[in-house]
Amino acid sequence: MKSPLPKETETITLDGEEVAFTEGETIYEISERHRKEIPTLCYDPRLEAFGGCRLCVVEVEGSRNPVASCTTKATSGMVVRTATDEIEKYRKTLLEMVTSENRELDVDSLRGYASQELTTLVNRYEARTGRFIGAQSGTSNSDDKNPFILRDYDLCISCYRCVRVCAEQEGDYAISVMNRGFHTQITTEFNGELRDSACTFCGQCVQTCPTGALADKKAMRAVDRPGEIEKTRTICPYCGVGCSIDLLTKEDRIVGIHPAMDGPANEGALCVKGQFAFDFVHHPDRLTTPLVRGEDGELHEASWDEALDRAAEGFRRANKKHGRHSVYGVASGRAPSEAAYLMQKFIRVGFGTNYIDNCSRA
Amino acid sequence: MSNPLADMEKPDVIFCIGTNMTECHPVAATRLKKAIAGGAKLIVADPRRIGLAEMSDLYLPLRVGSDVALLLGMAHVIAREGMIDHDFIENRTTDSDGFLEHLVEFTPAWAEEISGVPAKDIETAAKWYGESGKGAIYYTLGITEHICGVDNVQSLCNLALMTGNIGREGTGINPMRGQNNIQGAGDSGALPNNYPGFQSVMDPANQEKFKELYGREIDLDKGITKVTALDLCGNEIRAMLIDGENTLLSDPDRAHCEHALKSLDHLVVIDIFPTDTAELADVVLPATAFGETDGVCSNTERRVQRLRAAVPPPGQAQPDWWIICQLAQRLGLTGFDFEEPKAVFNELCSVSPIYAGLDWERIENSEYQWPVPHKDHPGTPRLHEEEFVNGRGIFSIVRYRDPAETISDDFPVWLTTGRRLQSYHTRTQTGRAQGIDYLLSEEALEVNPTDVEGWGLRDGGWCELSSVRGSVKVKVKSTNRSPRGTVFASFSFSDVPVNILTGSGYDPITETAELKVCPVRVEPIDAPQPGI
Ligand code: SF4
Ligand code: SF4
Ligand code: FES
Repeated sequence: MKSPLPKETETITLDGEEVAFTEGETIYEISERHRKEIPTLCYDPRLEAFGGCRLCVVEVEGSRNPVASCTTKATSGMVVRTATDEIEKYRKTLLEMVTSENRELDVDSLRGYASQELTTLVNRYEARTGRFIGAQSGTSNSDDKNPFILRDYDLCISCYRCVRVCAEQEGDYAISVMNRGFHTQITTEFNGELRDSACTFCGQCVQTCPTGALADKKAMRAVDRPGEIEKTRTICPYCGVGCSIDLLTKEDRIVGIHPAMDGPANEGALCVKGQFAFDFVHHPDRLTTPLVRGEDGELHEASWDEALDRAAEGFRRANKKHGRHSVYGVASGRAPSEAAYLMQKFIRVGFGTNYIDNCSRA
Repeated sequence: MSNPLADMEKPDVIFCIGTNMTECHPVAATRLKKAIAGGAKLIVADPRRIGLAEMSDLYLPLRVGSDVALLLGMAHVIAREGMIDHDFIENRTTDSDGFLEHLVEFTPAWAEEISGVPAKDIETAAKWYGESGKGAIYYTLGITEHICGVDNVQSLCNLALMTGNIGREGTGINPMRGQNNIQGAGDSGALPNNYPGFQSVMDPANQEKFKELYGREIDLDKGITKVTALDLCGNEIRAMLIDGENTLLSDPDRAHCEHALKSLDHLVVIDIFPTDTAELADVVLPATAFGETDGVCSNTERRVQRLRAAVPPPGQAQPDWWIICQLAQRLGLTGFDFEEPKAVFNELCSVSPIYAGLDWERIENSEYQWPVPHKDHPGTPRLHEEEFVNGRGIFSIVRYRDPAETISDDFPVWLTTGRRLQSYHTRTQTGRAQGIDYLLSEEALEVNPTDVEGWGLRDGGWCELSSVRGSVKVKVKSTNRSPRGTVFASFSFSDVPVNILTGSGYDPITETAELKVCPVRVEPIDAPQPGI
C-alpha cells in the first residue's frame, strides 16, 4: 500500500538547485524536466533505459565514477552535476571515438526521424575527427533487396535502439539480440534478408536510429529533389486505429512519413502501410478530370460543369419518373466525415428519404 | 470500442475473437503485446492459427461460424462456477434471471460438439476470463460478418455483463474498426436508421428536429441498407451516388453486384482511382486524396481527429464535400453553400449531441473522444462507466444457428476470407504504393498441408475454388495457419475475386454479409495460361 500522502519532500540537488522528484524517476528524466540538455545516443523515451553509450553520464557526489543518468534512479539527497568541465570533456572524447569509426556524419534527414541525433551532438561538442571525410563506399547488407529499409551498417554505433524498439515496442523480435548477449554485432543478427525474418516492415527501427544507419529507402528517393522538407500533421489513411503521422513534403510532393511520437492512438508506432504505402497519392492512375459516359458507351473526359450537370440531371430524372425512393446514396468510410455528413444531408434534404448507408456492411 | 486504445495495455486477461489484429490493426496489437509482456493472459478464438494464436496462452480453434456455441459454453461455465459479478448484475443490468436459466443446457460438451473446441479448453477460457480482475474482449469482422453477427456481439456482451468486465480501465467490449473513417461515416449519419450522432430516425423528437433543420419532411421510417438497395437496383432503385467505395470487389457476390449496378439508369461515382466500380458509372467525379484534403475523421476509439492537406491535388480533382455541395446546388437544394470543410464540420457538431461540445478548433490536438455533450465536457475515453446509454445493460437470450450454407458433399470445405497485413482492402491504394508488391505480389489460398496432399494439390500449384455462386482460380499455399477442412483467401486482388464465391446470407438485423463463411470445393488444376 502506498501512503496516502505523497512524500513530496523528496529532493535532489541538480546543478546547485534543489528539485523535487517522484519515486522511480531517473536522473535523466528529472534533468529533462529542468531543461538540462544532457546528450544521449542510446536513449529513446519509449524504451527501457539501456545505459550503453555512456554519453549521458553525470557527476554524483560520493560516487567515484560518473554515472549514466538514463539508468540511475534518483534517491533523496543526491547531489548531481550535469555538465562539469570534466564530464563535458569525457563526452567529447566519447563522441570522437564514435565518429572516428563512422563513414559519414552528415546524412540526409530523409533517412529517418532520429537520423540527425549523432550529427547534432558532434556539432555541439565540436567532435569531428575528420578521419572519414569524403565518404567511403561500401555498405553492409546493401544487397538486401527490400524496397523500404536501407541497412547501412558502416554508420551503426551499436546503440541497440533498433533491436530494442523491435522487441519492446513492436514485440516482433525480428532483430533481437537480447537473448544472445550484447556483444553480438547487429550486423550478424541482420545477416539474412529482412523479408525472411519476422520483420513486418513497420519502420520503427529506421525511425529510432540516431545515425541514419537504418534508413527509409522510399524517402531517400527524394534526397535530390529540390525544396525544403515541410511537415504536416495528419492521420494515416488505412485502418481504424487512426495513427497520427507527419507528412514530409518537398514542394508539391509527399516524400515520406514520420510517425508522430505524440499521436494519441499510436504514440510513435506505425505499421508497414502507414509508414511506407503513401505514394499512391501521386500515382499516374489518379483520376484528374471528371468523366462522362458518351453516346459510344465509353467514359470521356469532361468539364466539371458538364459532369455535374449530367450527374444532377440523372438524379432529377429518376426522382421525377420513379419517385424519391429511387435514389440511393453510399457514403465512404475512407473520405472525411464532412463527405459522409453531406452525403446523408444530400439524400435527406434532396429526396426526403433515409436511403443512405456507408460501406460498413461489407 | 468501449474503451480507449491505451487501455489495451492494462487487462489481466485478453480475449480476442474473430480478429487477426497483428495483420489488420498492427499498431493496436503492439499494445496487446505490451500487456502480455507485463503478464496478461491471452485467449484467442479463431478458426485459423493466426499470428495472435501463436502468441496466445490458450488457443481455441473453433469451426467457422460457431462463435455463439463457444460463447454460450463459456457463459455456462462462468455461471456454473459462480464467477458472476452479483453486484454488477444487481446494480447495472436487467433480465439476468432468464438468461442464467437459459444457459443451463449449454454445457462445454455441447459447445465442443458444435465448435470443435475441446470442452476442457472452453472451461479454462471461461475461468480465466471469469476470474480476471480486468478482462477485455477484442473483436473484428470475424464476429460481425456472419448471418448471426448480432448474436455473436450480444453473446460477447453477455459475457462482459455477467462478469462486470465493462466500464472500467482495461476491460470492455472492443470492436476494432476496419477503415480509417468508417466510424466517422456512422457518426455523421450516413446510415439508414440514424441521423447524425446516432439519433434514431424513428424517434418523433428527432424527426421534428431534422424537419426543422433541413427544411423538409423526411420519411418517418428507416431507410433500406445498401445490401437491400443493391437487391432492388433496376426495380425500386434507379439512381445511385457512391462515394469512394469499390463495391464490385469488396461486396459479396460479385456477379449479383455487377448486375445490380449495371441495371441502374444512373450511377455516379466519386473516387480517386478508376476502380472496377467507377468503370460502370455514367459519371465519374475525381476526388482529392489523403494528404490533399482538410477534414475530420474518427477512429476506432471514437477519437475525433483532424486530417490536413499538405499537397495540391492532381489535375482538377476536388474534395468530396465540394463535389456533393455542387451536385446539391444543381438540384436546387438549399443548405449546401459551404465555402470550407470547417463550416461543414461545425454544422455536424451543431446537430449531433455526441459532438455538441466540439468544433473545428477544439479538435486541433486530437484530445477528444466522443460523446462530448457540451463545451465544458472533457470527452469520454471510456463508455458505460456509470451507466449504459439506455440505462441498464440487457442480457440477450441467444441461440446457436448454423451458417446460411453448411458444407455438403458437393462443397465439403469451409472458405473464410479477410485481409492481409501488407495490403489493404481492394488494394486501390496499397496496390499503387511502390514496394508493397515485394512483400505481397499475389493472392494464394491457404490450405493445411495434410489437405494439400489429400486433395491432390501442390504447394505453389493452382486450384479451382468453387461455391454455388461461381469459381475462381488461385495459387495454393500450404500452411499450418489453416486447420484441416478450412481454407483462407483475402479479397484484395482483383485477379482473384473471392467475392464471386461469397454472399450466402446476411444478418437479418444489420444486413451484414456472411463473408466469413462459405462452403467451397477445391480442385487441382494446371497453371492457367497468362492472360486468362
Ligand atoms: S521494420 Fe519493424 S519489425 Fe522490421 S526490424 Fe525494424 S522494428 Fe523490427
Ligand atoms: S499505421 Fe497501420 S495501424 Fe496505424 S492507422 Fe495506419 S494502417 Fe492502421
Ligand atoms: S543515453 Fe544513457 S547510456 Fe546512452
